[in-house]
Amino acid sequence: MNVFTSLLAGLVFGIGLIVSGMADPAKVLGFLDLAGAWDPSLAFVMAGAILVGVLAFYVAGRRARTFLGGELKLPTARQIDRRLVLGSLTFGVGWGLAGFCPGPALVALGLGETKALVFVAAMLVGMGLFEGLERRLAR
Amino acid sequence: MTIAWNLFTPWSALAGGVLIGVAAAMFVLLNGRIAGISGVLGGLLRPAAGDVAWRIAFVAGLVATPLLWLLFADRPQPTIDAGWGALVAAGLLVGIGTRYGSGCTSGHGVCGLSRLSPRSLVATLAFMGAGFVTVYLLRHVLGA
Repeated sequence: MNVFTSLLAGLVFGIGLIVSGMADPAKVLGFLDLAGAWDPSLAFVMAGAILVGVLAFYVAGRRARTFLGGELKLPTARQIDRRLVLGSLTFGVGWGLAGFCPGPALVALGLGETKALVFVAAMLVGMGLFEGLERRLAR
Repeated sequence: MTIAWNLFTPWSALAGGVLIGVAAAMFVLLNGRIAGISGVLGGLLRPAAGDVAWRIAFVAGLVATPLLWLLFADRPQPTIDAGWGALVAAGLLVGIGTRYGSGCTSGHGVCGLSRLSPRSLVATLAFMGAGFVTVYLLRHVLGA
């Protein structure tokens, strides 16, 4: 897989997060605070991303390989199960607690924010804990 | 519900969203993968041959974004009000939850909804719902 296009996509994604305001936890929490002074901006971020995304995934769905000739791997899971719901609820609680989801936290880390470093470190520990549990359960 | 018109930034939100969509488009059409940040990052903890470099490159792109940004514009000033304990708890929950639920705001929220995946719609409703309830409890019940 192309490392250069991957890096470029990461940069474009990160610029999108900064431009949209999502890299600022206060802005994200302003969206999640329905009962307070609600800032609907984040809905527009989703709308803009999905507008482009729908087109891209429509094209991707009709192709067997990428435009660079590589393997095109789309998710195949279809079941809506406890894992999906409980995992997403857990993520949502963490998101509401600090206003960080994974992407914006990585960008804020790049800005040199100590608090983002603490969040990312804890997030990696959480991911590691999950990996460990998965491996133990799979045995 | 009161809308904070003074904080509302529809145009920059939309423009940033379009850029995020373009990044997701590049990722699937050139690299053949879903630009799901928790999945890309989490996969590094289960390294497989030939499956590491592109992940590191994507994450490096995100972390290096501010370096590129600062060449052309002022430093963004994120406001991180959460205390240290809350940050650690939030990080752990986000780490475990996104891996257990197979995705976050980017993988389920942006890519999944763009693919019209019912699974991702359920995930997005679940994490947004949990986010709304958490902020409600913190700000309006506990008064934190």
